[in-house]
Amino acid sequence: MIREYISLIIQTFPYLLSGSITTIGLVCGALGLGFVLGLPMAIGQVYGNKFISGFISLYVWFFRGLPELVLLFLFYFGLFTTLHLNLSAFHAAILVLGLRSAAYQSQIFRGSLNSIGEGQMLAALSLGMKKYNAVYDIILPQALRISIPGWSNEYAILLKDSATAYAIGVMEILTRASFVATRTYQPLPVYFLTGVIFIVLTYGGVKLLAMLEKRLKTPGFGEER
Amino acid sequence: MNTIDFISKILWPPLWEGLGVTLRLIVLAIPLGYIGGVLIASGRVYGNKLISSFCAIYTLFFRGTPLLVQLFILYFALPSINIYLSPFVAAVTGFILCSAAYHSEYIRGALQSIKIGQMMAAEAIGMTKLQAVLSIILPQALRRSIPGCSNEIIYLVKYSSLAYMVAVIELTGAGKIIAARYFEYTLVFSVVGAIYLFMVSVVTLALHNLEKKLAIPGIGR
Amino acid sequence: MSKITEGAKVVLRVENICKCFNTNEILRGISFEIKKGETKVVIGPSGSGKSTLLRCINQLTVPDKGSIWLEGEEVTHHMKDISRFRQKMGMVFQDFNLFDHLNALQNVTIGLIKVKKMDKKEAEAKAMEELKRVGLEKQACLYPAQLSGGQKQRVSIARALAMDPTVILFDEPTSALDPELIGEVLEVIKDLAEGGMTMIVVTHEMGFARSVASEIIFIEEGIVIDQGTPHKLFTNPEHERTKRFIHKIAELYGETENNQ
Repeated sequence: MIREYISLIIQTFPYLLSGSITTIGLVCGALGLGFVLGLPMAIGQVYGNKFISGFISLYVWFFRGLPELVLLFLFYFGLFTTLHLNLSAFHAAILVLGLRSAAYQSQIFRGSLNSIGEGQMLAALSLGMKKYNAVYDIILPQALRISIPGWSNEYAILLKDSATAYAIGVMEILTRASFVATRTYQPLPVYFLTGVIFIVLTYGGVKLLAMLEKRLKTPGFGEER
Repeated sequence: MNTIDFISKILWPPLWEGLGVTLRLIVLAIPLGYIGGVLIASGRVYGNKLISSFCAIYTLFFRGTPLLVQLFILYFALPSINIYLSPFVAAVTGFILCSAAYHSEYIRGALQSIKIGQMMAAEAIGMTKLQAVLSIILPQALRRSIPGCSNEIIYLVKYSSLAYMVAVIELTGAGKIIAARYFEYTLVFSVVGAIYLFMVSVVTLALHNLEKKLAIPGIGR
Repeated sequence: MSKITEGAKVVLRVENICKCFNTNEILRGISFEIKKGETKVVIGPSGSGKSTLLRCINQLTVPDKGSIWLEGEEVTHHMKDISRFRQKMGMVFQDFNLFDHLNALQNVTIGLIKVKKMDKKEAEAKAMEELKRVGLEKQACLYPAQLSGGQKQRVSIARALAMDPTVILFDEPTSALDPELIGEVLEVIKDLAEGGMTMIVVTHEMGFARSVASEIIFIEEGIVIDQGTPHKLFTNPEHERTKRFIHKIAELYGETENNQ
């Protein structure tokens, strides 16, 4: 039986692996969208007025409060159809996961921005910088570095959540796995292999981000003397 | 048929039933998942090499793979080795095993953050290691891990929707059926979404109050 | 001065304790004994192994060589039974190590309830007695985070006393305290000595050592350099090294043999 499993795994591995290209595309797209939206939202919450801050809080509450599956159904089958948006399942998934990731990422960046000491802003302003410059040149570079661990966590979560796109038919790893499983009547090794691929992608990505963090680290920062 | 009628007569009854199933899933999975987390974390920190490695591998697997893949293995793959789980049992099992792994990471971090002096003082008055862990270390560590574990509990409330993917007709599943039949996805899932938002908000508030109630006086001033 | 009755029994015997951490030889053969009612004070430079010595006595650190005897029974090589021995040896830590999630009363009762299996009412009565003894009966319901350093250390002494130990080990009990809080803790320890408690105190407080110790032991680099009554050690030490150490400490604390 084990020999069967192994030959099966060798046969189906390339097919599953090509699914991982879709998955990675999905994850990168969503992470990117989440970053592009999330960072300004965080800045808005920390430095903006009450109205902006309130609106962003509402957005965050909505997109963090709903299950991913419900969001996918609501947007892909519901809103996009109503609005006559003809997005493929893949693009729709990137959009939905991206909007959701923006909510989570905004909170990561918000925490980092808040943890930068007040003194940094005071020093920048006293040099004559405008608030906008201070945020962009002084606060952000530090905040982004501090955010890497939290962001790495978000990557891991998003990677695993991408499997839910199965529910709207995106051809990522799990969808392909289910095809293979039903065709070969061997769900156990197939899904197990799927799990292993996800583990490798998850921890591999986290390791890469950790290496990035090391590279970008401010010398001496955070070490006790 | 107007919207109000649709919601009250056609949509609400199956959603109500689905909600009941969701609640049953959650009420079973949350406490058992948490207890599992405490056991795995304790095994990892205090167990011998064998137990500790097992707990580490367990955590690696259940945190590294999507919950959906775990559910598929439990429901679709196990039958091929003659283990047949009903959809509900498969779903609950998956939720418990998965959330135990996440809880264990928060609890493990908290256990390791307790100063070593606490254990020394407990042993110095004659407590055995087991007594010390139960009476001194765990009460403090569990309090410290409340923020992280609360987070995980809220995730579970939302991830219960994945049970639909293994044929459990809970809230999301009930919604999908009605939405597909009447082609009213936007309306149906707006209502479903509102119910989830309500549940999540209630649970968040309750956990926040719990954290306040259990706080040790004087700390954090 | 502490009371020692003539012919008092030897309560604790330390024989040739040796301990290495990695390649560092921290203790290189320490031996001494202590009789009932005696207060032995251990002094010496930082890193000389004093804290390690105390932890070897109650086996929180297991020594590489040597043995410990409590009231005639061997403590070393009996790890299975160690809880029983630890109940008879109280320990007061430099960092207090109060149980942070319990209030003062509960810190004292928990050992009685969980280890000595007393019932709650009995334990609370005894705990209140000990808290009174250290002057903290009014603070019984406060939590460690709400207490000052001196109060925390006194609770920790009460916790050790409640177990009715045969000997109490004090590991630099005042080193982590602000200067103005040191006095209240030393008072308590002095009272215990005068009441006949058998104690080993590791400390830098020379004035305290002189007034309370029945014998002072000077340890440096893991071995006993000098040993004797306070009078002998402070006015006429045998070894040059002891003389230099005492002088240095006296300078630091602004005391000399003359004006104490």
